[in-house]
Amino acid sequence: MDRHHKDRLMKGVLWGAALLTIAVLVLIVGFIVVKGAPAISWEFLTEKPLRSGRLGGIWPAILGTIYLAGLAVLVATPIGVGGALFLTEFTKETKFTKLVRFGADTLNGVPSIIFGLFGFAFLVFYMGFGISILSGGLTLAFMILPTVFRTSEEAIRAVPRWDKEGSYALGATKLQTIWRVVLPQSISGIVTGIILGLGRAAGETAPIIFTAAILNPIIPSSIMHPTMALPAHLYTLTSEGISMENAFGTALVLIAMVLAFNFAISILRKKKAIRR
Amino acid sequence: MVKMELSGVNLWYGDFHALKDIDMKIYKNKVTAFIGPSGCGKSTLIRCLNRMNDLIDHVRIEGSISMDGKNIYDKDVDVVTLRKNVGMVFQKPNPFPINIHDNVAYGPRLHGVKDKKRLDEIVEENLRGAALWGEVHDILDRNAMSLSGGQQQRLCIARTLAVNPEVILFDEPCSALDPLSTGKIEDLITQLKKDYTIVIVTHNMQQAARISDYTGYFYLGRLIEFNKTKKIFTNPDNKETENYITGKFG
Ligand SMILES: Nc1ncnc2c1ncn2[C@@H]1O[C@H](COP(=O)(O)OP(=O)(O)O)[C@@H](O)[C@H]1O
Ligand SMILES: [Mg+2]
Repeated sequence: MDRHHKDRLMKGVLWGAALLTIAVLVLIVGFIVVKGAPAISWEFLTEKPLRSGRLGGIWPAILGTIYLAGLAVLVATPIGVGGALFLTEFTKETKFTKLVRFGADTLNGVPSIIFGLFGFAFLVFYMGFGISILSGGLTLAFMILPTVFRTSEEAIRAVPRWDKEGSYALGATKLQTIWRVVLPQSISGIVTGIILGLGRAAGETAPIIFTAAILNPIIPSSIMHPTMALPAHLYTLTSEGISMENAFGTALVLIAMVLAFNFAISILRKKKAIRR
Repeated sequence: MVKMELSGVNLWYGDFHALKDIDMKIYKNKVTAFIGPSGCGKSTLIRCLNRMNDLIDHVRIEGSISMDGKNIYDKDVDVVTLRKNVGMVFQKPNPFPINIHDNVAYGPRLHGVKDKKRLDEIVEENLRGAALWGEVHDILDRNAMSLSGGQQQRLCIARTLAVNPEVILFDEPCSALDPLSTGKIEDLITQLKKDYTIVIVTHNMQQAARISDYTGYFYLGRLIEFNKTKKIFTNPDNKETENYITGKFG
């Protein structure tokens, strides 16, 4: 085979790999849509489950997932963005900053079940928060913290030095420069990190099954109450053989939520590309 | 009249001794030019005058730089006020990626001007001051990044004027511009010296000769000669300066 043919063969193989990536996505989403669509109805989305989820809907689980992921983001955002600002704008490279970054990357690699176990031992028992939205939301917050932190750090670091210098040269304080130059230019990157975190927090099962999720179809009225949640409900419906149809319906709702988040990110990215 | 006076200024980046025993005077309402080969410390020195080097890690400065008799490196000096009084225009035009109006209004807003009408007045006055008003008066809401390089640089000058500085520092303001834009900026600087004290770094000796009143020639972190521009370019005291000016070196 001559060089020319080798190049073309290589290109073909790589093209196949790229195509396969899309194919896997289409296959999974398509499968969930086809199998889940029959279960979807107004009642399914707005009513409580009956007989463990064999009948009725998944409203408490939808609400619970919103509460849990919302709390996680509410807690992880100020810590993640604050930490990223500190590392980029308030300190020089030291052993400490390297340690923080290393810590975040390590935390990112910790399996989610470990977060669940930690939340169970530390938040549920030691802190006495019990099985609750608070315990589950905090556990999820720990889990997504590195994502929010690292994405924010990258976005903030990408703000050009000359824009910051331009601000300082006009007599701006550090806070004014952060507020008027750094954050406006990095906000879409920061929000991307937050939404990525939101998607992960909504979809993970392991961190919440010991800390927040219950099968009882109650609508929680306090942060100290336990709650249903989509991934945990899906897990129960499948593993207990309760209803495959409703399991796929639940999966469809969950995947629609997460895909909506990803869609929002791609819109943000486009907006950013136009600005400069 | 002396506006700023440097005495025994030394600067280190970590272990690297970048400025060595600089003594010089910056005269009020005059243009002072810094010339010398690339890497000799011109930018480093000009950035000492508004304490921009404070932003860089591992920088150590010794000696004193006074403005109107007060050392700007004293502990009780407010850097923010200093930078308001000593404005700076950079080598690469760096308007903020926001609209033209808000670029000029940026400084006044920082310092507490909120009234919309007053801001509009300030914007117009300073765009006129930077000889840019005619070109942009009907596109003030357009993003500054859409302007040409020369217009961007004049916008940066307008932005600097808008905080009413006493001294304006220019670090190679024309190095990214075409000859026509360069000419406009040079005319502008000549105009501005009526109201401001000006320091300009340039690698272009004709430019220094055209627009400056005083010139300092730097080499390897030292100020080799500081004199009236006319003197430097016709009859310099120092042999090294002469070699550089006549192009035998550099
Ligand atoms: N932030 C920095 N850290 C370390 N060295 C620097 C830094 N900035 C400039 N230098 C060094 O200091 C010397 C003077 O640089 P500079 O003032 O930029 O020169 P010029 O403006 O005359 O070309 C050069 O050798 C340069 O490499
Ligand atoms: Mg320079």
